[in-house]
Amino acid sequence: MLWIAIRMLTGDAQKFYGLLFGIAFSTLLITQQLTIYYSLIERGASGVYNAPEAEIWVMDQVSRTTEVNYAMPATALDAVRSVEGVEWAVPHLRAPASVRTSTGDLEGVTIVGVDDATLIGLPERMLVASKNILAQPDTVVIDDTGITNMFEDGQDPIGERLELNDQRAVIRGVADSIPSFTSQVTLYTKYSQALNYVPGSRNRLTFVLAGVSDGEQVADIADRIEAQTGLKAETRDEFAQAGVQFIIENTGIPTNFGITVLLGFIVGVAIVGLTFSLFIRDNIKQFGALKAIGVTNWSIVKMVAAQAALVGSIGYALGVVGTVLFIYGFSGVPTFKGFFIPWEIPLVSLGAVVVILAMTGWLGLRSVMRTEPAAVFR
Amino acid sequence: MTSLDVTETAICARSITRDFKAGQSVIRVLHGIDTDIRSGEMTYVVGESGSGKTTLISIMCGILWPTDGEVKVFGTDIYALSDTQLVNFRLQNIGFIFQQYNLIPSIDAAANAAVPLIAQGMALELARAKATELLEKLNIGDQANKLPNQLSGGQQQRVAIARALVHEPRLVVCDEPTAALDASSGRRVMDLLREVAVAPGRACIIVTHDNRIFDLADRILVLEDGRITHDGTDMPDDH
Repeated sequence: MLWIAIRMLTGDAQKFYGLLFGIAFSTLLITQQLTIYYSLIERGASGVYNAPEAEIWVMDQVSRTTEVNYAMPATALDAVRSVEGVEWAVPHLRAPASVRTSTGDLEGVTIVGVDDATLIGLPERMLVASKNILAQPDTVVIDDTGITNMFEDGQDPIGERLELNDQRAVIRGVADSIPSFTSQVTLYTKYSQALNYVPGSRNRLTFVLAGVSDGEQVADIADRIEAQTGLKAETRDEFAQAGVQFIIENTGIPTNFGITVLLGFIVGVAIVGLTFSLFIRDNIKQFGALKAIGVTNWSIVKMVAAQAALVGSIGYALGVVGTVLFIYGFSGVPTFKGFFIPWEIPLVSLGAVVVILAMTGWLGLRSVMRTEPAAVFR
Repeated sequence: MTSLDVTETAICARSITRDFKAGQSVIRVLHGIDTDIRSGEMTYVVGESGSGKTTLISIMCGILWPTDGEVKVFGTDIYALSDTQLVNFRLQNIGFIFQQYNLIPSIDAAANAAVPLIAQGMALELARAKATELLEKLNIGDQANKLPNQLSGGQQQRVAIARALVHEPRLVVCDEPTAALDASSGRRVMDLLREVAVAPGRACIIVTHDNRIFDLADRILVLEDGRITHDGTDMPDDH
C-alpha cells in the first residue's frame, strides 16, 4: 500500500512539486537564517578566536568582551606571571583608533597590540608576509576583511602608509583573521608600537593573555589568578561565550532572526498545509474507496505518513543543499567569511520539517478518517 | 421478524432501519427491511432517487451501520464484529464496483485491479500478475500498463470490475454500473458481470435505475420510500 501511496502523490505532479517547494523553501529559510545568525553572533568572540594561543584572558573586573574593556595598570602583567601554574603571560592591547589613509580618508579601526617577543595575540595564519614582519619599524598588519573596507578593489595595501595618532604606520602584512561583529578594520602591531598609536592615558594594558603549565587545569588556574590578583580571569571558551552573549543581550539580532525563522515555519505550514489539503481533497474518493474495499485506517495513516516522509526527505534535502550552496557560493565574500553550518542547525530545521508535516498530515488525515466508506456510493 | 436462515443465502437482512439527522429532525430512510439475497443470482435493487437503495446496499455490505436490525453475510453477523474485523471481512469477502469507478489515477490498470490483493498483503508483482490475468479475461489485457486517463469509460469500468473480482470475493456489490455507458456498452458490461461475478456460492447485488438492463436480472427488489414494494423476477407493470 505504501507503493500506491507514493504513486498517488508523485502522480499529481503539481501538488508533489508544490509540497517539495514548501518544504524546501521552509528548510532553506530556517537553515540559512539560523546559520547566518549563528555565524554572525559567533563574531562576538572573533577577538578571542584570533588569539588562539591564549588559554586564559585576564582583564579588569568591569571588562566584558574583547571590545568592551577597561585598561589595567601595567603591573597586572607581573601579578599574573607570579601566579603558580601560569606558564607564560603576555600583554595584549585592544583599543579603538582613527586612521588617516594616504588619500586623506578617515577610518575607524581597532588597534591590537601583541607581545613584542612572542607575537602571541596575532591570528594563526598570515595571508601576506610572515609574522616576523612586525619586527620592522612602524609596521602594522591589516586583517583581510579590513582591506576591502579601506582600499578599492585591486589596490595593493602592502606598503601603504597610514597616520595613527600623529604616528606613521606602514602596512607590511595581511592576517587571515575572523572578522569582528562590526567588520571594523583591525590593525595588528607590536605592543610597544601600539602604545604609540593609541591616544595616551595612564593605564593602557587591556588584557593579559596567559598559558598554563603542563598538568594544570585551565579553569583552576583562572580561579587562582582571580583569587590572587583581584582581576577577572576567564578561560578561552568562557570569554568567547561572553562575547557572543554580549551580542545576544545588546542587539535586536536574535529577535529579528527569530521572526524570520518563525516566518519560514509559518510559510512552510501554509504552503504544505494548503497543498496537502488539496491533495487529500482531490483523492478523498479514492481514499473512501480504499476504506470500503477493506483498507484499515491504520494502513491509511501509514500511507499518508509515507507521502509526508517522501516529500519531507526530498524537500529537506533540497533545502539543506540550497543552504550549503548559498554558504559555499558566498564564502569568498568578506561579509560571509568564516560562515559555516553547525551540525545542530540542520537538526533544528529537520525538527521544524517534522512538525510541519505532522501538523499538516494530521489535518489531512482528519478528513480522510472522517470520510465514511459509504460516501463512495453517494 | 422472521428467523434467520443462512443455508442458501448470501445476505440475511432483518428489520433494517436507518435514520439520518437533518438539522433538528431525524429522517428515517429505511423502514424495517427484511430480505434475503441468494447466492448464484444477480439481484437488482431499483428505485427512484432517495428511495433508500444506496443506503440499503451500504448496510448490506458493511460500510454503513444500521440504526436498528441485523445483517448476516454468509452467516457472519457483520455488525457484531469489531471495526478491524469488519474491515478485514470486507477485504476478504466483498468486491465493490463504484459508479464513478474511483480508480487511482496515477497507477496503471493492472495495479488498480490489484489493489485488494495488495491490501491483503500480497507482493506487488504477484498481485499485478494476477490482476493482469483477470484483465486479459475481460479483454483488456493489452491495456494493463495504461493509466486510467488513457482508457475509455468502458475500459475503466472493466478495470473496476477486475478490481472487484481479483480477490475472488463471495459478494459483489455494484453501484449504477451502467450509468455512464450507452445502451450497448451497458449491456456488454452486464453480460460480462453475469459471466464473471455470478457463480455458485457467490452473490451479486446491483443498484440501478437503468431500465435498459432490467431484463438481465434474476431478481428485482423495488424500493419506495425505504420499503421493499416488489420482490420478483421482473419489474412490476406500473414501473
